[in-house]
Amino acid sequence: MINSLPLRAGILSVVLFGLFLLAWHLAVSGTGPTVEMDPAYAALMGQAAVQGKSAMPGPMDVAATLWGHLSDPFYVRGTNDMGLGIQLGHSILRVALGYFLAVAVAIPVGFLIGMSPLMSRALDPFIQVMKPISPLAWMPLALYTIKDSGLSAIFVIFICSLWPMLINTAFGVASVRKEWLNVARTLEVGAFRRAFLVILPAAAPTILTGMRISIGIAWLVIVAAEMLVGGTGIGYFVWNEWNNLSITNVITAIVAIGVVGMILDQILARIARLVSFPE
Amino acid sequence: MTEKPLISIEAVARRYPAPGGNETVIFEDLWLPIRRGEFVCMIGHSGCGKTTVLNILAGLEAPSDGAVIVDGREIGGPSLDRAVIFQSHALLPWRTVLGNVAFAVKSRWPAKGKDWIEKQAKRFISLVGLEGAERKRPAELSGGMKQRVGIARALSIEPKILLMDEPFSALDALTRGTLQDEVRRICLETGQTTFMITHDVDEAMYLADRIVLMTNGPNAHVAEIVENPLPRDRSRTDLHRHPHYYPLRNHLIDFLVTRSRTLRDAPAADRDPRNPPVVRPHAAPEPVAPISSDQASAQHPSMTRRVP
Ligand SMILES: Nc1ncnc2c1ncn2[C@@H]1O[C@H](COP(=O)(O)OP(=O)(O)OP(=O)(O)O)[C@@H](O)[C@H]1O
Ligand SMILES: [Mg+2]
Repeated sequence: MINSLPLRAGILSVVLFGLFLLAWHLAVSGTGPTVEMDPAYAALMGQAAVQGKSAMPGPMDVAATLWGHLSDPFYVRGTNDMGLGIQLGHSILRVALGYFLAVAVAIPVGFLIGMSPLMSRALDPFIQVMKPISPLAWMPLALYTIKDSGLSAIFVIFICSLWPMLINTAFGVASVRKEWLNVARTLEVGAFRRAFLVILPAAAPTILTGMRISIGIAWLVIVAAEMLVGGTGIGYFVWNEWNNLSITNVITAIVAIGVVGMILDQILARIARLVSFPE
Repeated sequence: MTEKPLISIEAVARRYPAPGGNETVIFEDLWLPIRRGEFVCMIGHSGCGKTTVLNILAGLEAPSDGAVIVDGREIGGPSLDRAVIFQSHALLPWRTVLGNVAFAVKSRWPAKGKDWIEKQAKRFISLVGLEGAERKRPAELSGGMKQRVGIARALSIEPKILLMDEPFSALDALTRGTLQDEVRRICLETGQTTFMITHDVDEAMYLADRIVLMTNGPNAHVAEIVENPLPRDRSRTDLHRHPHYYPLRNHLIDFLVTRSRTLRDAPAADRDPRNPPVVRPHAAPEPVAPISSDQASAQHPSMTRRVP
């Protein structure tokens, strides 16, 4: 069906991507006027500066590097030379640990806040103050108290994923339809069954929305956090390659970060579809 | 009538705080006995407090004053003895039809095995004519089917008392008629004690043994209790052919159109909240067997009024 919307959208996406690559290719391959420069600087900058070719890598360079990384993602040739897969693996592991820690805290506490107007009011000022703090602002405090850079990064992920899940869980639990709770009451459903068989399924779509926002934020923050703490991870990789002036690797990493972020988001979206219900 | 009623609403009041430190009285000093096996309908205009009465009966709301006695004991909250059919059906949308009914059955008999629970749930699903739809979710059902699931869920726990809040008001006339037939059949077969709120005069005439008339709110009261003079074996389609049909219907409509307002503004001088007047509109002369008992005295050419 040539008229189907997904097909036409797909074709348009491919065309736009092609145009983007073409523009990129043309933008970096143009030979501008060769500037007079210090020979030492010219030697440092290599052919890019001398021949007027842009220092920006073109799409073909990035594709080649990407292919190189994809064909050997898990090599380890020293602390500063590890495969892209290894670096991504470190980042994903940190995100997963911090994130699941946050889930373990946010959902029960969110339940409590959602069920109890007292707790909701009592905790609200804390949440309102803590929520707008940039997670990276916690980093020095974490490094000072935890004294471990890896754990500090996990803590930062924990703290940044906490709030959206906490707030959404509380909201979802507090706004469970009264009639469903009344059904549970007239059936004399115990607290445990009510929490797991009525409130949790009713609030699940809202909770999942919070979890999806959180995984997005966590993946945003891990790059910055790893740039700060160094050692391993995709954030560190980006920073390291920038210090190596390897823009090709930086762009490759950017693409990888985007793809992994999308996959994480899609996983959560899939789970959200599983727990959603039409009314 | 010395038999103790199954339900007794005694001096129940519901007030809400109003702005300025006052109180809005929805109703006060409300008395109403409901006998075992009886079908009682409550009619009144919107906002007079019918849902409030039902919620208090269900135990979902506490009265500001007074008490509800069921089977000799004051109720302290909702109970599996009193099943509620909600106006908005209130099905759990993430559960299937079977899941919704089984949830209720499991709540009633937590110790029973899964097979038994499913069997009991399925029995009531087919009782309301929904076999084949067990695996469907509420979103895939029509309004009438959803309401049937609500009925099946309420009946499946075999409650002592069935409470219904305008269960059929959102349905088309045809579906409503079928469901009324089903509810009447089930209630007659099982001797179910039922309290139902409705806006629909014909529905009340078909289903109810007694019809409680509430005046307009605020400060509503029970103006009258109307005994249904139509024969017990009435059928919905022949109802209007019965000689008592029009006297009864006119009486109810008159009440809704004028007396519900005038009686609120000027209650009868000798109003006794504990014993609201009981009337039995009928075609004159009243055929053979007169109303149940005592001092039946014709105060109105086609109306028997009893002071209990
Ligand atoms: N939380 C509340 N605060 C103040 N007044 C309330 C509150 N809840 C209900 N009321 C009032 O109580 C009165 C009775 O409400 P109720 O829902 O029992 O009416 P009803 O007879 O069931 O009406 P309807 O036929 O429209 O369903 C209404 O006038 C309403 O305004
Ligand atoms: Mg109502």
